[in-house]
Amino acid sequence: MSDDLRKIVVDGEEVEVPNSFTLLQAAEAAGREIPRFCYHERLSVAGNCRMCLVELVGAPKPAASCAMQVRDMRGGPNGEPPAMNTLSPMVKKAREGVMEFLLINHPLDCPICDQGGECDLQDQSLVYGRTGSRFPENKRAVEDKEMGPIIKTEMTRCIQCTRCVRFVTEVAGVPEIGMIGRGEDAEITTYLENAVTSELSGNVIDLCPVGALTSKPYAFNARPWELKKTETVDVMDAVGSNIRVDARGGAVLRILPRVHEGVNEEWISDKTRYAWEGLGKRRLDKPYVRENGKLRAASWSEALDVAVKRLSGDASKIGMIAGDLCSAEEMKAAKDLADALGIASIDCRQDGAKLGTGPRQEYLFNATIAGIEEADAILIVGANPRVEAAIVNARIRKTWLHNDTKVGVIGEPVDLTYEYEHVGTGAKDLAGLKKKRSGFIKTLKDAKRPLILVGAGALAREDGAQVLRAAGDLAAAVGAVSEDWNGFSVLHTAASRVAGLDLGFVPGEGGQDVAGMQSGGMETIVLMGADELDISKFGDAFVIYVGSHGDAGAHRADLVLPGAAWTEQDGLFANTEGRVQLAFRSVFPKGEAKENWAIFRALSERVGKTLPYDNLTQLRLKLFEDVPVLGGIDHAPGAEGAAEFDAKSIGADGDVADAAFTPAVRNFYFTNPVARASKTLAECAALKDAPAAVAAE
Amino acid sequence: MSVRRLAKDQPESFAFNKKSEDEIKFWLAKYPEEKKASAVIPMLWIAQKQEGWVCEPAIREIADRLEMPYIRVYEVATFYTMFNLAPVGEHLIQVCGTTPCMLRGSDELISVCKNRIGKQHEISEDGKFTWVEVECMGACANAPMIQLANKDGDHYIEDLDAESFEKLLDDLAAGKKVKYGPQSERNASEPHGTKVLTDESLYDGSRAKPVTLPNTGKSEKAEG
Amino acid sequence: MTQLLQDKDRIFTNLFGHHDPGLDGAKQRGAWNGTKEILEQGRDWIIDQMKASGLRGRGGAGFPTGLKWSFMPKEVGARPHYLVVNADESEPGTCKDREIMRHDPHLLIEGCLIASFSMQAHACYIYLRGEYVTERLAMEKAVKEAYEAKLIGEKNVHGWPFHVYIHHGAGAYICGEETALLESLEGKKGQPRLKPPFPANAGLYGCPTTVNNVESIAVAGTILRRGAQWFASFGRERNVGTKIFSISGHVNKPCNVEEAMSIPMKTLIETHAGGVRGGWDNLKAVIPGGSSVSLLPKDICDDVLMDFDALQAHKSGLGTAAVIVMDKSTDVVKAIARISYFYRHESCGQCTPCREGTGWMWRVLERMARGESSIEEIDMLLDVAGQVEGHTICALGDAAAWPVQGLIRHFRGEIEERINNYRAGKPVFVSQTVAAE
Repeated sequence: MSDDLRKIVVDGEEVEVPNSFTLLQAAEAAGREIPRFCYHERLSVAGNCRMCLVELVGAPKPAASCAMQVRDMRGGPNGEPPAMNTLSPMVKKAREGVMEFLLINHPLDCPICDQGGECDLQDQSLVYGRTGSRFPENKRAVEDKEMGPIIKTEMTRCIQCTRCVRFVTEVAGVPEIGMIGRGEDAEITTYLENAVTSELSGNVIDLCPVGALTSKPYAFNARPWELKKTETVDVMDAVGSNIRVDARGGAVLRILPRVHEGVNEEWISDKTRYAWEGLGKRRLDKPYVRENGKLRAASWSEALDVAVKRLSGDASKIGMIAGDLCSAEEMKAAKDLADALGIASIDCRQDGAKLGTGPRQEYLFNATIAGIEEADAILIVGANPRVEAAIVNARIRKTWLHNDTKVGVIGEPVDLTYEYEHVGTGAKDLAGLKKKRSGFIKTLKDAKRPLILVGAGALAREDGAQVLRAAGDLAAAVGAVSEDWNGFSVLHTAASRVAGLDLGFVPGEGGQDVAGMQSGGMETIVLMGADELDISKFGDAFVIYVGSHGDAGAHRADLVLPGAAWTEQDGLFANTEGRVQLAFRSVFPKGEAKENWAIFRALSERVGKTLPYDNLTQLRLKLFEDVPVLGGIDHAPGAEGAAEFDAKSIGADGDVADAAFTPAVRNFYFTNPVARASKTLAECAALKDAPAAVAAE
Repeated sequence: MSVRRLAKDQPESFAFNKKSEDEIKFWLAKYPEEKKASAVIPMLWIAQKQEGWVCEPAIREIADRLEMPYIRVYEVATFYTMFNLAPVGEHLIQVCGTTPCMLRGSDELISVCKNRIGKQHEISEDGKFTWVEVECMGACANAPMIQLANKDGDHYIEDLDAESFEKLLDDLAAGKKVKYGPQSERNASEPHGTKVLTDESLYDGSRAKPVTLPNTGKSEKAEG
Repeated sequence: MTQLLQDKDRIFTNLFGHHDPGLDGAKQRGAWNGTKEILEQGRDWIIDQMKASGLRGRGGAGFPTGLKWSFMPKEVGARPHYLVVNADESEPGTCKDREIMRHDPHLLIEGCLIASFSMQAHACYIYLRGEYVTERLAMEKAVKEAYEAKLIGEKNVHGWPFHVYIHHGAGAYICGEETALLESLEGKKGQPRLKPPFPANAGLYGCPTTVNNVESIAVAGTILRRGAQWFASFGRERNVGTKIFSISGHVNKPCNVEEAMSIPMKTLIETHAGGVRGGWDNLKAVIPGGSSVSLLPKDICDDVLMDFDALQAHKSGLGTAAVIVMDKSTDVVKAIARISYFYRHESCGQCTPCREGTGWMWRVLERMARGESSIEEIDMLLDVAGQVEGHTICALGDAAAWPVQGLIRHFRGEIEERINNYRAGKPVFVSQTVAAE
């Protein structure tokens, strides 16, 4: 259908809008605000709340503006452009009527409702409602429904807009919420009140326009106007979801999504949403030294002295491992210190991924997250995007659903919430694919914009570099890389990874990688929030743990230097696309903990190799000077330089092993020390293991 | 409409029997394979006819067969009021209470139900009856009426009054065969002592003789 | 005195089931006669004749049937066309389609073939309400007969590959709304769809679909056999044809009867239904077109004609031509309260005004029936009905509002009286009982 502009009249003013616009969009284009409850830009149109009724001039009854397109409007009898009124008495009366109906059975319990202060029903009743109630009957009470550890329900407040139903069905791809019964007895519920099994379930809390679905962990914690709001980014995966951290005093009380069309649209995963619970638990709030096998609290001065002593030893026997949550600045400071001390054994790939030696294209999600929607065929290699990057998975589902994109998987055949062709299980299937003539290879070759998604699990193995090459070769063979499209895309799981690779936080000349450091002979290991590796393999080495949480690393540590979590310091993160984003401090570090870059700066001074920056701004200037790509804030390179793409520069030549791919993430809820400290996420994880137990409850 | 919930006590499992399976085959053949969800109402109905009600395991069984999410079948089972979500007595008496029947005395039938059977939706002490008031069943010219559901199938019993209804319940309780349809001398919804459709020429076969279609331009000119 | 319809002009000659409903009997009565010749005239001819006949949909809305058929795409694209027959007869007072399906099923099947052929549909679903089990089995039997006689089927004597499938619901009035019916037929809850798109563009399974009432389809064969002019010769202009009237309530002989359109209501009731119980003067009000239309007090009933325009002029409607008669013993407030209860029970719950408004209206009316209300509340009730009417996705909201508006329009005095009595300590304890004759 053509999307021609059409002249219409809104409240007497002529505007030109595309034919495909809904009347609601057209009204907004004309500067009118249309109240709504059920309508949501990212969900299918339900048209059920009737709040957005507008008057169509010449029509006997008002129309739902969310559900009607401009092309369906009728002009006047003498060729006049079609007209609608959004401010007429008919509209005012319609809105008042709908508002009244919504409120007659609503409990009006705003003073005890967590939605209070940020409630669509509250706000709109103020503007569009009548002054008093004419309803003398008993109000309807609806039994609350169990929906799991995340969603708290107060179903009497529900206005049956079905946003939650549509979200889980359409976006999350987990059709588990529905409206049962009918008429005024219709109820929103999950099947037998089971928990929603989506990694994105918390979004229904944001979507709910009233206080029916609220956040269980946040229940009765705060009022929105008491909270200090900090716009920042998430580090729970390598997506870089844009978030808002709401804090009161020194405590983060909740995390909400911010809109970023290129990254997370307006969704966040449950891990992103509830990691804040882990910020208050198991915190390292003062330095510790190990004495007689036990950690004892120490002063910073003492602790730094112990560290300096160890760092002054044989540089070839000292190693540094950056964990998954490190900001670019702290890695920069650590690397600069390592360089100054001649330490070559540094690595930011605690999972042992074999990448980072080639050009930047080698390790980026070059298609970009938004670009997924342009892909017409996607091959997922050794990844389970649903748990590794739930937001990316939602994009894949979106394009599968709306654009009929074909998806293939080489790896474990898990439920990804969309249909796919299971092309194979291991590296051999990947390497052999390009020689095949039929099946998914044909789909890829016929596609205009094929996307090869390589998961971290496919690279964190002995033959990871060869797998990477095979994927690169395949990308080249199927035309996944052209002038304006680079479909070769690595999906990282660690927020720190891309910046770490950009910085060159990989072993230098003669240096050891993580596996090397774990194979004995090292005297000192610095773990920068690195807990996702086999901590027992460091032998007798003296382990210095710089980080925020008492997890595996701190338990093994001989010295703990307490650092800040990502909400407690400003920092730069490059997401899997290579998009650099700024995280901002929301609250101060706990107790005596310090910003992580400052710890390395302090060490450098004590060890006599003072780093050339005294504050974060100076550090960043140095960082941008040394690594210019990290200076392009919010820029995802995408297909830039795609013309120079050379599969030979990707990974390494050689045979791949027979082994099947295993995904990088098994337990979505437990991928880092902060998430592991969250009670809610632990409950979610327990449910995942034994969903039946809860059903029986 | 009141809140509809699944019964608290549910069987461990559910399986369709042979007769039901045959019926399912018959129904599934009616819809395109990729649209087999269309069979959800017939299949729930088959499950109900087999067991007398729709149990929770049956909902899952049907969902699995039709490749539907459980919640979607649950929605359907609770939306449509003919599905019994809890067991019912041997004879399910559904009394129409909507205005056309009300005008002709459905209240009396309801009183009889209350007195003889007890509370709506509950199984009578002898296990023989459950009664419910339902909305218009589309037999208004034969009001008041009920629908009787039991092992013998589903049948309308019409042109009732308190007396004939009492007798009907007596007969059912005694295991006697009852007359379906109008309890009056009517055959269906014809007016008593009908004066229409009496013209014998309608039925003598004259209408089966070959016809010449009008307005085809062959036989005649279109009039007016 | 209006000319009554004669037996020779009745389409449904086995309406009462006094004759064989099977194929042989049906053929004997003229069904399937010349069907092949009808198809041979071509699609355009059929649709033109249907338009010329003036037939308006018999399911309640009265949309011209031939025009509706012409809305289907002229060419069949990638998506097949469907005919769906609405046999979800659920409008209180209405019980006519049931008789067609039980007693004259072949007229319906023949009509399905003709209609489908004219709209290039090879498949037709007939959606019966779930309660019509007997009717469903009767339809299945007739369909089987038609298949066996090769009247329909992939290869049949008519040369148009055609299948008829019987489907059923399970207790939901809303499925009589055409898009709710389609949702239900697709295996979902019967919640009406937003329009546009209309079914002719995206109906069953997203394919072009026409939904017609049983009676509208079942009369097609006879209309084409006997000529558009013949059909158009009954009734007034714009309101032509024959029509099955269902007469229930306080009449001496409740019945279904096929009559000419525009027959005076009084004539209809007195001629065919044995008159109002206790005589015409004992009449209080009549709901002339099924529960969703406004009731009419006796003075209007005295001379109103039973057709679309005449009833609309009195802010009521022909609807399904289900005439519900109430004599003077009727507690009219309670009678409408019971209708309001019906709409509350049958609201699908999808959209706000209907979900919330139907229950509200019912509760107020229940109190009003006891007099437990106030004079001001009458206007408030009217206002609430106005907030439901025209604001919903489908017409159920209107259908719930109209009877209430009609009650207040015509019987406000009675409501006021009852309220005043209640306040004066003379409450009415309503329990509507009518002695059966």
